[in-house]
Amino acid sequence: MSKINFLKPDKSNLYTFLYLGSCLFFVSVLDVLLNSFFSLNLTGFLPGFLSFLLPLILGFIGLYFIRIELSGIKQLDLLNKHINTNNFNAVLSLLIIFIILKSIPPILNWFVIDASFAGDSKDVCTGSGACWTYIKVWMRRFMYGMYPNGEQWRINLSFIALALLGSVGYFATDRFKKYLTLYYVVIYPFIAFLFIFFFISGGPVFFDFSYGIIAAILSIIIGFFIPSKFKFYYFLIVPFALYVLLKYFIFYEELIELGKLDGLNWVETGAWGGLSLTFIISFFCLIFCFPIGMAFALGRRSGFPLIRYISIGFIEFWRGVPLITVLFMSAVMFPMFLPADFFIDKLVRCIIAISLFEAAYVAEVIRGGLQALPRGQYEAAKSLGMGYWRMHIFVILPQALKLVIPGIANTFLALVKDTPLIFVVGLLEIVGMLNLAKTNPEWLGFAMEGYVFAAIIFWIICYAMSKYSYNLEQKYKTDR
Amino acid sequence: MNFKLKDIGPQLMTVIAVVLVFGFFTYNAQVNMENRGIDFGYGFLSQESSFDVQFSLIEYDGSHSYFRAYLVGLLNTILVSVIGIILATILGVLVGIARLSPNYLINKFAAFYVEFFRNIPLLLQIFFWYFAALRALPLPQDAEAMFGISFLTIKGLFVPAFIWENFNIFFYSIVAAIVAIIVIRTHAKKLQETQGKQTPVLLISIGLIFILPLLSFLIGGVRLSFEVPVLKQLATTSFIYEGGVSLPPELIALALSLSLYTATFIAECVRAGIQGVGKGQKEAAASIGLTQNQVLKLVVMPQALRIIIPPTTNQYLNLTKNSSLAAAIAYPDLVLVFAGTALMQTGKAIEIVSITMFTYLSLSISISLFMNWYNNKIAITEK
Repeated sequence: MSKINFLKPDKSNLYTFLYLGSCLFFVSVLDVLLNSFFSLNLTGFLPGFLSFLLPLILGFIGLYFIRIELSGIKQLDLLNKHINTNNFNAVLSLLIIFIILKSIPPILNWFVIDASFAGDSKDVCTGSGACWTYIKVWMRRFMYGMYPNGEQWRINLSFIALALLGSVGYFATDRFKKYLTLYYVVIYPFIAFLFIFFFISGGPVFFDFSYGIIAAILSIIIGFFIPSKFKFYYFLIVPFALYVLLKYFIFYEELIELGKLDGLNWVETGAWGGLSLTFIISFFCLIFCFPIGMAFALGRRSGFPLIRYISIGFIEFWRGVPLITVLFMSAVMFPMFLPADFFIDKLVRCIIAISLFEAAYVAEVIRGGLQALPRGQYEAAKSLGMGYWRMHIFVILPQALKLVIPGIANTFLALVKDTPLIFVVGLLEIVGMLNLAKTNPEWLGFAMEGYVFAAIIFWIICYAMSKYSYNLEQKYKTDR
Repeated sequence: MNFKLKDIGPQLMTVIAVVLVFGFFTYNAQVNMENRGIDFGYGFLSQESSFDVQFSLIEYDGSHSYFRAYLVGLLNTILVSVIGIILATILGVLVGIARLSPNYLINKFAAFYVEFFRNIPLLLQIFFWYFAALRALPLPQDAEAMFGISFLTIKGLFVPAFIWENFNIFFYSIVAAIVAIIVIRTHAKKLQETQGKQTPVLLISIGLIFILPLLSFLIGGVRLSFEVPVLKQLATTSFIYEGGVSLPPELIALALSLSLYTATFIAECVRAGIQGVGKGQKEAAASIGLTQNQVLKLVVMPQALRIIIPPTTNQYLNLTKNSSLAAAIAYPDLVLVFAGTALMQTGKAIEIVSITMFTYLSLSISISLFMNWYNNKIAITEK
């Protein structure tokens, strides 16, 4: 028995086994490393099968030797605790180390070393690596679709303006903080709508845009002098009234017709595309699906049976069908349901379809939050004499929405990831543009680069969103 | 009777609004169809379809009816969903457990996998596998055989077909084995509860499920032979494998991307479920002398499953619905065959889209009903 025992790694012969084990381990890693980076096979003299398995066997024996509990060496203990707790874990750790070592060189070669970046035609892409020139040449198409090159500043300007306007809440001082909800729920979507539908579209509707912007800015400025009691009604009525006033009583459209001012060119929605379309669709669906979803969530919890059944029917219907059939419906079936001379733009139909679809998911998430609130909250609010709307707006919804932030964020993530489906109705956002570019006879054979490029973009967007929602969740985690 | 106007008012208004909207739509649809000379009806389902489908599980060609085409699409949808669900469950459970591993490398590797595949749109992944990755496979004439019998080529995966003799006897032997296992399990459980005796149920079950079918081969006259795919030249440069079973690349790409994508969500469900079992439960189980495996089998898993099953059901539903993305790579599923080709040919937009939606709706509802039943069965019976 004692003869076998001396092979057992122990604290008494710690250093012997430590040196022997780490030596074996490093030899195995070195073998794989040389094999994958310099295609040099140290164990080439052995038969193929053995030479293939040798690093694993050596590494396993090495890890077995250094698995000494409470050795007193801090690094060794940490190593043992994290990757080397038992034989099974040791094999798995070795396999993962080898997979990483094996897969780095080919990926690195394809991405950077053998890749071609320079030039602007297919001729430079002769190496075995990726052809990033393809992405470079098609960049504008991937970002803006078929939107005319000269007009793309309009998209950029709109997005920058919306981002700036959206970040207002971050800089608002305490004095203005109480208006922020109003701003984000009513004013901001309105401005965004004006920007995207009128500024990016251009053409005759551009006038509506400028009237809208002027009306919005004027009404915000005047808004500061309105007593807070009437503020809600003020913002409900005045911007719209100003808009109508400007549209029907100040005719500066005539100035353009007379040649005194330049207008913007009209770009039809069919030409929109690329990543900017992904943003536009996600943005609008996000804005629309939230209130609709909230309404149906409240409807499903309503005390009126008819309203409840209608809400349940709505939610279950949209949740039961795939988005692609909904888009099919919006494309081929929906026009049949409208009067013959009534035409709705393809993009608008798409946005309506996706919003209704996602609203059902949002409704279920919000319902979860409403159900999670203790009954005491409802009863306390009622005992204060609050009515249904008052109770929900001031007591229930603020708490319920806080609870469901992760769920809402997940739904919005799903929404962003669902936007490529609009290829069904013929709108080409970034994935659709990739498929179009792939079939271009001058640029055949670069499908991989395109998909990797889009995957990186989507990954960054979605990962950032999920991290942000996690932070938000931590921030609003009130002690309950 | 204490009807109050306050109660009836909102309900009445909602109902009237809904009825008005639906009435408006139906009226318009009628007018539009009259104008275009289309008549509404499902009679077209029995007409001859006169289009072909690349891949079908049942016999089908252009001379069959539209209803047959619908069945072909439906079966293809179910096929890809079932394959996807099985693969996603296996992968998801493995990754979910790996994420809880104390091994740093395994843990991070699993986390990397989840974060990577979850944040890329499914459609992009399908395109990637179909247009980029699977296009790099060899042509049929250059393909190397895997295990000498199956071939993975750019035209799909070709595997040997099973040819059975007396298949029904084999089938009955498997059924008999399953019945026997259930009987033994119930008996063993009773024995355990009344007398505290433990029987090696797992060993007996494994033995039964192997021995009974084996007996059917030895005694029952069941014969199994394989039909290995053989390379055949169609033209000077065009080759194809004949015989055996061929899985088209569309199916492979779709099943692969669906399962890789859904597995990330299932992994998170599994992780949440296992983490949701309180630490005290495990410690209590260990303190009454259960072994590590018994703790897992008798204490942790039954509780974790209650947390895992509802969200996982949702993921199965999502996978089934996402299989409709098949239309993007021309895998002949329900959407492509029926809402695509059949719609183009007949122009019956309302009928076909509504049938398609209704089919998905009933698929979803049946899966969720089954899972609700199962969930209720294993739920804690509270006092």
